[in-house]
Parts: sequence; structure tokens; C-alpha cells
Amino acid sequence: MIINHPLLGPRDSAEFVYLGDASLIERPDPAAETALADFVDYAYMRENPAGSLRELWFHEAGDRSWLVVTRNTMTHEISDVQMARDVARKIGCSK
Amino acid sequence: MQYSGFKVIKEALTGHKGWKPAWRDPEPQSNYDIVIIGGGGHGLATAHYLAKIYGEKKIAVLEKGWIGGGNVGRNTTIVRSNYLLDGNEPFYEMSLKLWEGLEQDLNYNAMISQRGIMNLIHSDAQRDAFVRRGNAMMLNGADAEYLDLDQIKKEYPFLNFDDARFPIKGGLAQRRGGTVRHDAVAWGYARSADSHGVDIIQNCEVTGFRIENGKCLGVETSRGYIGASKVGCAVAGSSGRLMAKANMRLPIESHVLQAFVSEGLKPVLPGVITFGAGHFYVSQSDKGGLVFGGDLDGYNSYAQRGNLPVVEDVCEGGMAIMPMIGRARLLRMWGGIMDMSMDGSPIIDRTHIDGLYFNGGWCYGGFKATPASGMVFAHLLAKDEPHETATAYRFDRFKTGNMIDEKGMGNQPNLH
Amino acid sequence: MTQVNRLKDGKIDRTQTLNFTFDGKSYQGHGGDTLASALLANNVRLMGRSFKYHRPRGPLTAGSEEPNALVELRSGARQEPNTRATTAELFEGLSANSQNRWPSLKFDAMAINDRFSNFLTAGFYYKTFMWPAAFWEKVYEPIIRKAAGLGSLSMQADPDEYDKGFRHCDLLIIGAGPSGIMAALTAGRSGAQVIIADEDFAFGGRLNSETFAINDEAADIWVQASIAELSALPNVRLMTRTTVIGAFDHGIYGAVERVSDHLIQPDSGKPRQVLWRIYAAKTILAAGATERPIAFENNDRPGIMLASAIRSYANRWAATPAQRIAIFTNNDDGHRTATDLYAAGVKIAAVIDTRADAPSSLDYEVLQGAQVTDTKGRLGLSFAEVELADGSMRTIECNAMGVSGGWNPNVHLTCHQRGRPTWDEGLAAFVPGGILPPGMSVTGAALGHLSTHGALETGVKAAKAALGLKGRTAKLPSAEDAPVTQTPFWYVEGCSRAWLDQQNDVTVKDVKLSHQEGFRSVEHLKRYTTLGMATDQGKTSNLGGLAIMAELAGKSIPEVGTTIFRPPYTPTAIGVMAGRIRGMDFHPTRLTPSHYWAKERGAVFVEVGNWLRAQWFPIEGETHWRQSVDREVAATRASVGVCDCTTLGKIDVQGTDAAAFLNKVYCNGFTKLAVGKVRYGLMLREDGIAMDDGTAARLDEDHFVVTTTTANAGKVYQHMEFVRQCLYPDLDVQLISTTESWAQYAVAGPNSRALLQKVVDADYDITNEGFPFMACANITVCGGLRARLFRISFSGELAFEVAVPARYGDALMRKLMVEGEEFNVTPYGTEALGVMRIEKGHAAGNELNGTTTALNLGMGRMVSKVKDSIGSKLSEREGLNEPDALKMIGIKPIDGNDKVTAGGHLMNKDGPVDAAHDQGYVTSAAFSPSLNSMIGLGFLKNGDERLGEKMRLVSPVTDLNVDVEIVSAHFIDPEGGRQRA
Repeated sequence: MIINHPLLGPRDSAEFVYLGDASLIERPDPAAETALADFVDYAYMRENPAGSLRELWFHEAGDRSWLVVTRNTMTHEISDVQMARDVARKIGCSK
Repeated sequence: MQYSGFKVIKEALTGHKGWKPAWRDPEPQSNYDIVIIGGGGHGLATAHYLAKIYGEKKIAVLEKGWIGGGNVGRNTTIVRSNYLLDGNEPFYEMSLKLWEGLEQDLNYNAMISQRGIMNLIHSDAQRDAFVRRGNAMMLNGADAEYLDLDQIKKEYPFLNFDDARFPIKGGLAQRRGGTVRHDAVAWGYARSADSHGVDIIQNCEVTGFRIENGKCLGVETSRGYIGASKVGCAVAGSSGRLMAKANMRLPIESHVLQAFVSEGLKPVLPGVITFGAGHFYVSQSDKGGLVFGGDLDGYNSYAQRGNLPVVEDVCEGGMAIMPMIGRARLLRMWGGIMDMSMDGSPIIDRTHIDGLYFNGGWCYGGFKATPASGMVFAHLLAKDEPHETATAYRFDRFKTGNMIDEKGMGNQPNLH
Repeated sequence: MTQVNRLKDGKIDRTQTLNFTFDGKSYQGHGGDTLASALLANNVRLMGRSFKYHRPRGPLTAGSEEPNALVELRSGARQEPNTRATTAELFEGLSANSQNRWPSLKFDAMAINDRFSNFLTAGFYYKTFMWPAAFWEKVYEPIIRKAAGLGSLSMQADPDEYDKGFRHCDLLIIGAGPSGIMAALTAGRSGAQVIIADEDFAFGGRLNSETFAINDEAADIWVQASIAELSALPNVRLMTRTTVIGAFDHGIYGAVERVSDHLIQPDSGKPRQVLWRIYAAKTILAAGATERPIAFENNDRPGIMLASAIRSYANRWAATPAQRIAIFTNNDDGHRTATDLYAAGVKIAAVIDTRADAPSSLDYEVLQGAQVTDTKGRLGLSFAEVELADGSMRTIECNAMGVSGGWNPNVHLTCHQRGRPTWDEGLAAFVPGGILPPGMSVTGAALGHLSTHGALETGVKAAKAALGLKGRTAKLPSAEDAPVTQTPFWYVEGCSRAWLDQQNDVTVKDVKLSHQEGFRSVEHLKRYTTLGMATDQGKTSNLGGLAIMAELAGKSIPEVGTTIFRPPYTPTAIGVMAGRIRGMDFHPTRLTPSHYWAKERGAVFVEVGNWLRAQWFPIEGETHWRQSVDREVAATRASVGVCDCTTLGKIDVQGTDAAAFLNKVYCNGFTKLAVGKVRYGLMLREDGIAMDDGTAARLDEDHFVVTTTTANAGKVYQHMEFVRQCLYPDLDVQLISTTESWAQYAVAGPNSRALLQKVVDADYDITNEGFPFMACANITVCGGLRARLFRISFSGELAFEVAVPARYGDALMRKLMVEGEEFNVTPYGTEALGVMRIEKGHAAGNELNGTTTALNLGMGRMVSKVKDSIGSKLSEREGLNEPDALKMIGIKPIDGNDKVTAGGHLMNKDGPVDAAHDQGYVTSAAFSPSLNSMIGLGFLKNGDERLGEKMRLVSPVTDLNVDVEIVSAHFIDPEGGRQRA
């Protein structure tokens, strides 16, 4: 597969390490009353669609960026690639 | 119809006119006591044991395509019970024992071939871990044998002892491990289940569940609604898709695993060999093909095909440990969907919906589990409580922190 | 009797005579021959035996789809089993042997199976060999396995080299027949980057086998002119002997170039084959079509071949399988073979055409509406029984027969991404359809355009469309455009032992039995009968089987469907898929800066991940590794030892939020760590399990250096980047791995300070007061060389770790040895390191095994309750906090001579020994020279409250059962006085 890195252009997927469902960016609030249940859900219940999936890839043999790649699990077609950091900032992960 | 050598001879002499279909092709009835979704190895085995051991009547197996078309139809045929953890080892050892008596139980020769499995060891830490595993196996009543380098040289003289980047230091063998003619497992279970009255319905895709007031009443299918007191799901790689129809999310990801077979070669491999310093394991079929595989491609996929990097990785492992296979030719490669659970171990449990039961999360270990999976799932469906060897395979183990993580990889399905 | 079946002309090089042997007998052929064409020219039809019945077999085809003529090519370590004689290029000195026969090809004892074929029908083995149960492994299976397989491996390491490479192009053209060449000309002239690849050693495809004209002259003239033009274009790469084996995601194709298979052995420095990963923006599949046979009784005798194959042998290779040949066809193409053979002077026994309205000929007899009902001939065809249109029978004498049932487009690669072909009624064949791999288009015969004109025309069109070329098309070369209709004729009515899959011996009868027993889905048919599972993957056999199943099931062929086409297109050497990654090059080898120094010292090295580390340093007189290790431990504890710990992961953490960041990744706190101090840190996974441990040294307010274990360096770095980029993107913190930048040495033992004082520049106070336990600093050594010093101890002794830029590592090590002479400084390896850390009770990889928590490791209180960190929440789960949770403990044998084995399990002293009563396990064990006994670390249920308890340590797999005492994991200096000294 070829991943079109937002900064580096098309790179072979063999340069990357896969983590999975991009919802792992959305770490729950540890102070919430439901925190334990939230963390169980966060850690173990991932999206697993037969279709479009937003997922995390790490450019280990490259610039060490984490990317959010939108890829179809039926066809492997990639429709979007973003820097995970930008995605994380957008949804308000912060200090 | 009983199969036997005499029957084969009799039919040969009378023009093979007496062979009947191995299973019927019934129309679905409107209602069953138990409906099993998934006509793969696990679903068919479940039906067989439900009918034969647990005396259940009115059972149907619904298969969206042709029976045996899932992982039982495209695996690397290995059976073994070389597990480490308490949650697993007794279950897989029961499975191996069931394999040992399967042909007589089913009256079908699935060619269970106990020519052994040997895990190569390449480092001291690996040796320590395998010794612990071998001990766990023996303490659970299974067989295990530690082989030193000299024994390995004697039994496997063709391995790379000359210029290995990670020299072989020993091995853990399980002599009772081996291989099975995989398709025959599905057919044998199907034929036996059918003979005990189970309706095996092919080309019947489940399109939805009818759930009212927290109870599952039956399934919508491509061939109409089928009512059922209990519905058991055993669809392996399709678990995510199927259970979504009951609005369930699972601690499971679907990944692609590739496997490979070479052209037929005169037999040279004594059993199954796994390379401990790379991603490669291999056996040789009764037809002569080297059957081998390695690691997952590593990304979620339902595409049933993989990519070149893993093909290369597997062949690199093969050449590293067994450089005599360089001139053998890779004949065919294929990919299957693995229902990778979050701790690498299966789930066999009731769901939160009354009457709906789940069996899945087999990762790439489902084939060897087929008989035990069928037995314990049948037990769960018939008795509504887990079988004694499967008490740990619960949905709630992630919530309670009782994971069964053989590889110690944590909540990272593609590393199990 | 040499080359009696050699015809005139052809595309062979008669100036070159090549000597070769088959089954030890010598023959001659010419340049351009294949092994099959040369053997046929020498009147050898018998080349192999079938898999199951050991029936005599000759070539069926003239290409890579060959099921029958498989040989063991070459000898010794280069022996290649199952090589298709039809594609093996002849070279001087070639040697080949037939396979799967005993004692000889002509007399094969296993041919007895054929007599019992009635007992050995499809799936017979599933119904028998079950009694008594033990007999399968002991009796039946060994017999079956003896008969299994085709050719043999040499059992020696493959002596040849393989290589891999990448290529990129705008357009990849697969197949260099008329369509592919035309597409390449169109694309190449536009300036696009083009790769055109063909599995054959000569471009031209079917044109090489035909007598067609292009532009009213021999097609070869057009082919050669086109190749010349393409070769002159710098943007076009022509690849012969290159099989595109698979279409993978995003336009990546695998292709294998057989660089040296046409030579007796690779030229010096050249690989045997190369695996190319071709990255193509667009692809044209111009893979042609494969002729399909007709099934009839005993249609498998040597001499019975595809009609197009006989035509290829005659036209291209000037060879004929016999001097008297019959043709059996259901379409016009079969007549072309008769015409060409007649022109070449071969006697046509008859053309048997199933069609009542078949065209007639003035040159030879055409039997219209006739069918072949049986054949005779023990090791090769001698007679054919033919049923004429009027129902009468006729025996035709012939020594070869060309069979044509029409052509199937080669759709293989169009289906590699799960596309399914569609049925074309006019051709009665599957054609590309459904979803093709993205970027792929199909042309020519592969698309179902079977005429030469159709091939040329679709080649131009597809190239223009793929590259978006506008404008006028150059005039197409003129070529034959014979209309092609194919009416299905799959098998001769009433036949039974009529072969579909000739290699696996699957007959029409087997398909019927499969249907009778309910194996009716196409996949069940394949798996039950083994149809299409042979080395040709059913290229010539699958459709016939499908058609028969469709007829029996009362369905259409498309309703029955096809099995799945999987890569590779043709069988591919495993060696080329591995390339150079084998032997010592299987993984890269990482060496530390002082590796060569260690080598000079005679160190024994051990693989630690990709690193090589010194395991111990034997000195003269030591004959057992334990002597060296015991000495190294004793010397270190008595005076001073030095160990290379460069391989530990080192991560530089900088930024104003560096401490806040470490607070997230470590379960213990770091914000309050003073500058100039080091703290042990335990990192958890988010699931609450220990991931890794190490130290974090605060060199400055906003600068930490984190160490990881050697094994987890990459994984921890990846995790820290995840936390930084994905979870806390706004923290001001930057990470970089500096593992390779710094050489680091542990200097341990009571004299370590004294030694270091000779090396560390005098400006730096490293006394206990000035540089206490867990201190760290940027310093200089050896007169101004920048360095880092950490007062940390893995051994439990007074110890330091000193790091210098990697290029000075070797020099520093040598300096330490020289300066340490007065202290009897001793270099120690990983074994002594391990012994000392076990004596000290430090957890390492064996304890951090991916299932243990901080609580298990005795560090439960380190998990801060006042702050959130990765893993802190999920470590609260009840299952990870059971009252009898495993705790890390030490183990000592009661009898000091007894062994302690890592991997052993702990059992109650007087309880049963089984899994149900398992109390824990030993993770690490070593002989402790300090205690003069073996000792171990392990995990025991509720272990911290069981110190002093006597237990049994069992390791049945290594035959060990000894009494042990549970003790504190800290065997040496539990109060830590030494490391603080």
C-alpha cells in the first residue's frame, strides 16, 4: 500500500507501524465519575467496520509522525491522510 | 451411511452408484430450538455436539455461502495444545484429545496426523519462556519435550546450522501436535450433524436479528425469517459485521492473515516447525506441498487478501531457517479474515441479549480449537452455563482485568 | 536418430547446437529451444507421470500453463523440482530428470494405481483408513506420504543469490504480444515512462507461434521493428523473462525476472532471479488467452496436446511431436494447426470437428460432426477411435493429436483484488469484469478480442485512455481479423475416464461423483476432487470441470461461478521472494562502538535483538563459560568491572513541559525531580501492565535523558511519540532517540569511583558528597571530552554509567582498561550483568513479560494516586488487584547443590503437583558466585507474605523437582549500603 504523507508525499506502507482505530486519540477524562468504564471502552472497544476506518499509522522508518489515515477495509483504498497531531488538536486534546 | 474400506470396495465394484450426498440440502423450517449462524468448522462442530452429546433436537446451521468456506477452508492445518496460561491450556488440550478420536466419532477420515510440532528457540530468554510453557503443558496433562541442539540436528538436519543470524539453541516439541486435512473437518462434522438431524442450510445469509424486549426471537435471512429459542453466532472473521446487526460492539478487530503453499514435493518435513527468530512456520501436507505462514499483515482488513511485504517477510524467514527451500516454488497465497481479540484469546459467552450467544475472537488459532470450541459452545447453548474448560472466555474479562494474554502484548490485536 | 521430428524454418538458431541430457540420455537441440521442444524434436513424447495414477504424461501445452511435462532440472544443490519443460530454456549442458516415478519413467511401478483407479476415486481417502485408529499414523499415512509429492528438493542450501528492486512507471504493460507491443508503442511515443514485461524470453506473444502476416509481411518483421523502436526510446523499459506474479494494492505489482535460469549457472556476481516491486500509475493487462481442451476418454496420453501448442512447436520451434497428427476441434482455430502442419510437411491423419458445418480442406480430410471417443497407445498415442456423424466408428492411426476447445482469456491478474470475471456468451468464456484492480485496463485476447486486429486496436485504445492521450492515432498495422465464435463443447458424451486435471488425475467421472455426493459448490468441487489444485492451478482444467458441474446441477456456468484466482500467476521460487535476506543477512547486525575492542579481548558475543553484545570475556585457562562469568562477577564485586551498556535505549526529552510529559508516561512522578538527579521510572501500557522500565535523568530544568531496556527501545519511543503527538499535542516537548549517539559504560564495584576519578576531568567532583547515589551531570572526561555521568547501579555496587559521543566509545573503553590496571579492572559481559542484577533483585525483560503489573513487581506503591498517567486507571481493575496476586520473590534451593531453572513452576511443599495447584513460576535463574548457589527470581501468589516458606520447584520438561525456600528478591545488600557508598 502507499500512504500519501501530508509532509513527505507518497510513502510505502512498509515504512509505517500500524496501531488501529484513531479513536485512541480520544483518551477519556481520568477524573470523570465513569472513568474506569470509559477507559475499558477506550482501550478495548474499537471501531471495526467493513468499510471506511480512520486509523493511526506511525512513520517509524521516516519522520516519526503519527498519521490519521482514512482507509477502506474492504478495498484498502485510502481517501484521506492527516497529521495525527492536527487531528488531536482539533478535537481539543491539550494540556 | 457408514463409510468404511469395505464400502469403498463394494462401491468400486458396483459403479459407485450407492454413494449418497454427504449431507442433505433442506429448506429452512420456520422455527428451530437452536440456530447456529456460521457453517464453518466451529458452527458445524457445535451442531454435531449439540445433537450427539447434548441430545438437542431441531437445530439448524445457517451458512451464507458454502459450508467450510471460512477459516476452516483456508488455514495452515495445524493442531497443537502448547499453550501457557491456565485459561487456555486445558481447553486446547481437550481439543487435542477430541482431535485424537475425531475420525471414529465422525466416521470420516480427516487425516489427523500427529507428526509433532517443534518451536525453535534462539535465545536464553526464549528458552526460559518455552520451558515455563512446556511445564504448564505437562502440569495440565499435555505432552511437551525440550530438545537440545544435538537432538534438533538429528531430527531436522536440513535446518540452517551453518550461517544463521540467530543460531538455533534448542526447541520445545509437542509430539502429539500435527496437522489435519482441514476441509475434511468441516465435511465430517457436517455429515455427522446432518445424520443426527441437523439442518445445514447453505446460501442462507443472516441479514438481521429479531430482538424484542431484550430477547432474541430469531433471525432474518436471505431465505426468510427463522425463529429460534437460542441463536449461537460462530462466524469468526465476520463477527464484527454480524454482531453489529444486533447493535453490539466487540473487543475484536478483523485482520488479514496470509498463508502459502508450495508446489508438491517429495516429503521431507517430519512435522510442523516454527522459527523463533522470524515470522515463519511450516509443515508439509500429505500431497507434498509445503504449507507455511507467518505474521499478520498488521492492518484491519476484510479484503481477504494481503500485500507483498508480508509475503517477502515470510519467505525471508523460511530462507533464513531452511535455505534448502529456495528453489521450491510458491504455488498459491491467500488471505483470510482473523477475528483478533484484544488479548489474543477467544470469547465464548452469552451476550447481554437473552437467547443470543457468541463464539469468536479466535485470532489465528481457531482451527486447532474446532472440536473444543464446538463442544463448549454446545455446552453453553444447551446448559446456559460455560463449560468447565471455558470459564475464562467471558466478555467481561476486559472490564474485570482478567485478560488471557499468552503473548503479553496487551490491547494490541495485531501483535497477538 | 537425432532430431527426427525437426521441421524446417522456425525461430530457432540452428547455428547453435546444444547438448543436453534427459534421464541420463544425451540429446541435441538448438538455441531458442525449450527443453520440451528439443525433446519433441528428438521424438520424445513421454516426459512425466501423473500424480495419483502415475499415468504416462507428455506436454499438453507450450507455455507456463503446462500441467504435465514437469522435470527435475539441474542436479546437486541446484536441483529444481517441478520445472516445466515447456518453459525451461535449453542451454549447453542442461541435465533434467523425470520425477515421481520408480524405477524408471517408462516402467513405473506405481502405475499399478491406475489399475485400481476405480477404488481411488475422488475423496475415497475420507471414507477409509480409519480402523484401527492407531493405524493412520503408523501404517496408512506413511504409505500415502511415500507416494506424495512430485519432484524432490536437493536438501542442500540454495547456492544461488537472489535480489530485489523497485521500479516506477506511468504505465506497466503486462504481456508483449501484439496488443502489449502496440500499447507500448502508443505510450512510448508519447514520452510516458513505460515498462513492458513478458514471461517469455522473446517478445511477440502468439505472433511467434503463428504464420499470420502484419502489414502483408511476416509478423516477425513488425515485431522486430517494434522492439527496435521501443528499445531506442529512453522512457521505455523492456523486460523479457519477467513474470508479473501479482497485482497488489495501490498499483504495486510483483514481478520476477529470471536473470540466469537460461544459463548453466549464474554469471559471477549475478543473481539467479530478481523480484521487482513495480509501482505503476496505470497498468494494461495484455496477457493473451489460453487454449482449452476437450475431455474425452483417455485424452491424457503423451502426444495429445492443445492444438495451439502443436502449432507453436511447429512454427516457432520447428518441432513436431509426431509425423502423423490428428486434430480434434470445435472451432476454426484448430484448422489453423492442421494447415500449418500440412505446410510444414507433417501428415494430417484427419481433422475431427464436432461441428456438422465445419469448413473442409483440399489438403486433408475433415470429419465433420465427429468426435473422438477413445484413444490407444501405452506410453504415447497410437490410435484414436472416432465416432463419425452417422454414428459409425473409425479408428485413426496417429501419434499425436491437437485438441482445441476454444480459448479462455487470461483473466488471472484482473481477479487478484477479489474481482470476479463475467461470462461472455459469444465466447463461452469468462472475460474480465466486475471490479478490476484500480488503474488496470485489459486488452487483446485477455479481454476476449481474439483476432490480431482486435489485439492491436485495443492495445492502442487502452494506452491512450490510460495516459489520457488526445489526438490522432497513427494508422494501425493491418492484420487478420477473423471473426471468432466459440460454441461450448466441453466433453464427449458418455466419457468417464476423461481427464480434466491431468496432473492431479481428476476425470469427468470424479466431477460426477462429487456432484452425486453433494459437493456441488465450485469450491467444494475443487477441494473434494483436487481439480485445479495442481502446479498449473487449473489454467487448462478448471473451466471444463465447472461446465460439467453446471450441467449436472442444471445451472449455467456463471451461476456455478469460478474459484478465486490468487497470486502468484505462475509458481515462484521461494528464494526470490526472500532476496538477499538470508543467512547472516537475515537481520541487520548492530555493533556497539567498542565491539572491535571486545573482539580483540576474545569476547563471546550473543544476539540481543539486532545487537551483538559481549556475553563474557574468557581468559586463558578458562574452559567453561561459568568460570569466566563467576570471575567477572567476583572481580566486579571485589574491585571494579566495566560493562558496555550502549544498547540500552536512550531518548532525549526536551522542552518546558518535559517533566509534565514524563509524568504522563511514567506511573511515578517526575515533576519534583531535582536537576542533577536520576529517578527510576516504570512505564505502564494503558491497560495497566508494565511496559518497560528505566531511568530518567534530569540534566536541566527542561532536559531529561530517558533510558529504556535494549529490547523495548523502539517500542517505547513509538509509545512516547504517540503520547506526545496524539494525546498531548500542546505540550512543549520534543523527543529524539539518541541510542546510537552515545556510547555508554557501566563502571561498577567498590573501586569504580577511584577508577573514574582517573578519567573524569578534575573540575568535576564525583565524591559521594559531591555526586551522591542517583546523581547525574554533564561532565568532561579525558581532558575536555564532553560526557554524561550517571550514578546508577544495576549490579547493586557503587556504580556509575558514563556516556561519551559514540565515536569516542572505543577510546574510552581502552582508556578505562589502561587506567584500571591498578584495580585489576575486569570487563564483564551480559551474563555477569544478569547474574548481578538477579543477585540484586532487579526486574528485567524476563520479569517485565507483558503480563505483570507494578503490583506484581513489588512496585505497586509507585503508581501515583495523585496524578493521572498512562495505565493508572486500568491498573485499578479488580482482576489486577486480587488478594493473592503474584508478587516478585527470590528463590534459593534448600540444598545448595540443587538447580534452579527459569521456567520452573512453584508448588506447595506437600500439595499435589498439577496446574490446578500452581503457585507461581521462576522467571530468571543464575548461579550466584556471591552466595555459592543457584538463585532465582520469580512470581508467587501472595509472595511477599510467604518469605521463608519451603516450596517445591518443578520443571517436568527439564526433569527437575527440588525443594526451595522463598526469600526476598534482594539477595545482595538489601539495604543498599553499597550503591550509596
